[in-house]
Amino acid sequence: MGALGFILDPAEGERSWRLAEYVKRGGYTALKKIFSEAIPPENIVAELKKSSLRGRGGAGFPTGLKWSFMPRQFPGAKYVVCNSDEGEPGTFKDRDILRWNPHMVIEGMIIAGYAMGCARGYNYIHGEIWEIYKRFEEALEEARAANLLGNNILGSDFSFELQAHHGYGAYICGEETALLESIEGKKGQPRFKPPFPASFGLYGKPTTINNTETFASVPYIINQGGDKFLELGKPNNGGTKLFSVSGHVNRPGNFEVPMGTPFKDLLDLAGGVRNGRKLKAVIPGGSSAPVLPADLIMECTLDYDSIAKAGSMLGSGAVIVMDETTCMVKALERLSYFYFEESCGQCTPCREGTGWLYRVVHRIEHGEGRPEDLDLLNSVTDNIMGRTICALGDAASMPVKSFVKHFGAEFEYHIRNKKCLVPEDVQRAGSGFFKVADPHPQPLSQGERGAS
Amino acid sequence: MLEIEIDGRKTEVADGSTVMDAAHQLGIFIPHFCYHKKLSIAANCRMCLVQVEKAPKPLPACATPVTNGMKVLTHSEAAVKAQKGVMEFLLINHPLDCPICDQGGECQLQDLSVGYGQSASRYQEEKRVVVNKNLGPLISTDMTRCIHCTRCVRFTQEIAGWMELGQAFRGEHAEIMPFIEKTVDSELSGNVIDLCPVGALTSKPFRFAARTWELSRRKSVSPHDGLGANLIVQVKHDRVLRVLPLENEDVNECWLSDKDRYSYEALNSDARLTKPMLKQCGEWREVDWQTALEFIGTDLKRVVREHGAAAVGALASPHATLEELHLLQKFVRAAGSENIDCRLRQTDFSLDGKNVTPWLGLPVAEIPQLDRVLVVGSFLRKDHPLLAQRLRQAAKKFTRVSLLHVADDDQLIALHAKSIVAPSALAAELSGIVKAAAEAKGVAVDAALAGVQPSAAAKTIAASLISGEKGAVFLGNFAQQHAQASTLHGLAQKLAEITGARFGYLGEAANSVGGYLAKAVPGASGLNAARMLAEPRKAYFVLHAEPEFDCANPSQALAALKGADLVVALTPFKTRAHDYAHVILPIAPFTETSGTFINTEGRVQSFNAVVKPLGETRPGWKVLRVLGNLLGLAGFDYDSSEAVRAEALGGKPASVAERLNNKADGMVLNLTAAAPTLQRIADVPIHFADALARRAPSLQKTRDAAPPAARMNAATLAKLGLADGVQVKVSLGGTAILAAQLDAGVADGCVRIAAGHALTAELGPMQGEMTVERA
Repeated sequence: MGALGFILDPAEGERSWRLAEYVKRGGYTALKKIFSEAIPPENIVAELKKSSLRGRGGAGFPTGLKWSFMPRQFPGAKYVVCNSDEGEPGTFKDRDILRWNPHMVIEGMIIAGYAMGCARGYNYIHGEIWEIYKRFEEALEEARAANLLGNNILGSDFSFELQAHHGYGAYICGEETALLESIEGKKGQPRFKPPFPASFGLYGKPTTINNTETFASVPYIINQGGDKFLELGKPNNGGTKLFSVSGHVNRPGNFEVPMGTPFKDLLDLAGGVRNGRKLKAVIPGGSSAPVLPADLIMECTLDYDSIAKAGSMLGSGAVIVMDETTCMVKALERLSYFYFEESCGQCTPCREGTGWLYRVVHRIEHGEGRPEDLDLLNSVTDNIMGRTICALGDAASMPVKSFVKHFGAEFEYHIRNKKCLVPEDVQRAGSGFFKVADPHPQPLSQGERGAS
Repeated sequence: MLEIEIDGRKTEVADGSTVMDAAHQLGIFIPHFCYHKKLSIAANCRMCLVQVEKAPKPLPACATPVTNGMKVLTHSEAAVKAQKGVMEFLLINHPLDCPICDQGGECQLQDLSVGYGQSASRYQEEKRVVVNKNLGPLISTDMTRCIHCTRCVRFTQEIAGWMELGQAFRGEHAEIMPFIEKTVDSELSGNVIDLCPVGALTSKPFRFAARTWELSRRKSVSPHDGLGANLIVQVKHDRVLRVLPLENEDVNECWLSDKDRYSYEALNSDARLTKPMLKQCGEWREVDWQTALEFIGTDLKRVVREHGAAAVGALASPHATLEELHLLQKFVRAAGSENIDCRLRQTDFSLDGKNVTPWLGLPVAEIPQLDRVLVVGSFLRKDHPLLAQRLRQAAKKFTRVSLLHVADDDQLIALHAKSIVAPSALAAELSGIVKAAAEAKGVAVDAALAGVQPSAAAKTIAASLISGEKGAVFLGNFAQQHAQASTLHGLAQKLAEITGARFGYLGEAANSVGGYLAKAVPGASGLNAARMLAEPRKAYFVLHAEPEFDCANPSQALAALKGADLVVALTPFKTRAHDYAHVILPIAPFTETSGTFINTEGRVQSFNAVVKPLGETRPGWKVLRVLGNLLGLAGFDYDSSEAVRAEALGGKPASVAERLNNKADGMVLNLTAAAPTLQRIADVPIHFADALARRAPSLQKTRDAAPPAARMNAATLAKLGLADGVQVKVSLGGTAILAAQLDAGVADGCVRIAAGHALTAELGPMQGEMTVERA
């Protein structure tokens, strides 16, 4: 597996996150290369465009293009911001990048600062991973001590200062403009766009915001070239990607695989479906991505285009696996509750609509569903989607829409019979929280045991 | 210019315009809640979603910039579907009980739900309930009705200058609230009621008093500060029940200060006087008008016969109407006296005879175009809430506003520079600015300024004024009341000359300019307000004024009045006149008489009575007219207040502009000022400034109406061996017992004690040397 990736896989061992270890692995050579070869900023952006690196936070926007939006001649402050506020249920890749390889992110951000003419950067780390925030602060101290940050970095005439900033656990602060508001000390609420951050961002100045994994990919592209990065994946989907696999698999965790890897290979890496049960459904890109039933997802390769064709999104690469013991109504109830709780409350459709969705699904789950409820759910999601300031409205709606679309029969059964299609004891056995005799016992193979 | 087509109609709009702007230009209505022309764009209600050609999603008209050739449909199927969807969301958690809501009938949500709502709700779940907040005595809350448009939040932040409301919590739990356990204390707070599109924020004094459709709407003009805000007075059964702003972009825009909005409560209060009162044999009794007026006629003749006409004096409030002021001066002059004045708090009258009719110096609407402003001696935010608001907005753009004053109150304006000095040093500091400006410009200065050393702040302010193209220097109420008012005038005039700035006064009261134009100021042989009281007269006419609160030296005024043979008080209220007067005549407040106020920019604003006079009350101009007739004076046969106004303004309101003049001839600067070891700074707090505000119960419950204290900085407190909170006896002619209060914004050696309040009425003059000791 170590051969597949370059972000997490080489960074092993307790001290891997230290500057000395990172340098031993070839860290900061990209930065040194830029200074020693005096690579002009335009060339860096061009290299990124060549690499087809697409934003790893979820939207998949081409990074090179985004960097080229920054007004080069703008006088005064410009900012580069790293979005490490991964709050999407199912996603936990940035946490591990910062835990094992923080300097790769720092190096990527310095290069970004150089390429876009920014003298200051911020890394916004979400509030629930305090020890990782502290580790990142330590890494920053190391970088400052080694003159990798500060004035005249490594003797060049480029100066860059980088600060860590931690949130307090609001999902919405992962939305880039809400994140900027939060850094500014205001309530985390998305801004209406336009203007976009590239013209009016942090403190009203041009700002570029990228995901942690995106920044971590930058040094590789500079060292190896954009073409090499693109070759790692497939056309229009360059590089490797971290997938956070969770749910009903034997070995949940982060897996770094090339873009375009077939889904079933990833499932194998994660040890297959737990207890050898049958795969029921997969949410391929974090909880806001539409759910895909087993037969559809098993045909997909892991890249933006293939998943989109199947009707979902690669998103942040958070793969939530659900086996046959899952009650889809209960699963949706939990997801809807999350979006209801996390809506910022700023704009009407999301503030009012997410609560409505949750309450209807909750009612169905608790045997109080009505025949017209599925039409109601569809109509309410239609009224939310595309009508809100940020994407949270869509994020709350897509699970509802896709669950009802693919598993409508299960919902109807629930409404009609006031109970689950999946028997209660099967659900309890599958949940793992209850000490119940497994109705479908199946021992693990020896190989799987060893790997975990 | 950009071309745009909305619903098939083409127009051109300026670059940077939004679809909403373009729709307004075309007269097309797009439903909205959070959008307000005076506030920043929030785009959070989503009601104004419209269909834009080539856009995949409906876009909010309020926040979508126009691009050239854009085509917009506001009533297409897609647009209406989006709008109806939003309306459904707004209503699911909103109580559908309009019949018991105070906003019913004047509610934007109710109105728009007629067009965009459904007849029945699809929402069958439990509705949200939000706990109400205590926002103070003026604003009532019904927070369950809130639709989170954040207009109120943006108002406090952007217009009032201090974010007193915010949206706490997330999602459906979001609530609009003040900071924990705080109230909304802005002097502009009532505007959030007008802004609230639903019944979440309503007027506390008006709450459940009437339905909007039961009220008659009548235009009027605010009788308080010098701006003359335009009002809609709402009336039911001859009672004023509510006051709302009448939009006038050139005067008050769409705002009102809380004083303008809530002072009407005094009109209906028990404090109103309803019958003429006559003191006979030491006892007050109610009499009919005939008796009262005949008594005045007889007694006045006696005083004139015994003591001469110069023994008669008249003190008028600058809150009186032009017509009242004109007739009072005409009456007094016909009786043979020149002793009349409406500048009751003024102490330095050496500008009299120098052809000055002080005014703003430019139209109010031009304030935003000024790029440099210096305000001298003004409690700006409380004395002129809406002018301060204009300066606040200007300072956010390109205007550099500087302040030279005696108290460091937060004006909530991003000041470019400020200098806070003791009252005795005010003229010296201003002369420093003049000197610095003159030196920078290479202009010769008056010999009196030869020895002046400009302070650092003075140099900064001077440099700022010089660097601008369109500047202005304004003198505030404090400067006008100052013992060196004429020197401050001369310096400000000089500074304006040197820097090319405009020069003017922030008029203290609704009719400060009108008083001059009505000639309610003494002629060459007459006595001004201060001298009339320092050299007591035998007979006084007191029009609308309360000398114990409104005069520069209340205790001296009371003594003079108490010693007179005849005091006639004309007032709408039961005042302390029973202590000193012989006749008290109930005259109409502004809502019960026609009249005219001329605001600080010289705008002549006439108004009609909105209700019938209460009880036996009569309009002041009619009372003075009859009094003139009764005494057989010529020229008192008016048919209407319009005829009085025509006479007062020489028949031509347009000529008012020609008569306004701030430029004094032959100024003499007198920079020598005694610097007492301990001196008083007297502000006139916003709700103590006139008779109406003093009697408005809700205003009197606000934080701005806190009782006066003796405010000193830490050094002064320490020097006097006092601490914050101890009771002290302050003496300045008279005495008062007050609490000492720490106030870092007061200069060394100064004690700030508010005027206009019963607690300080016996203290003595508003300025001068004083002593403070532990009580």
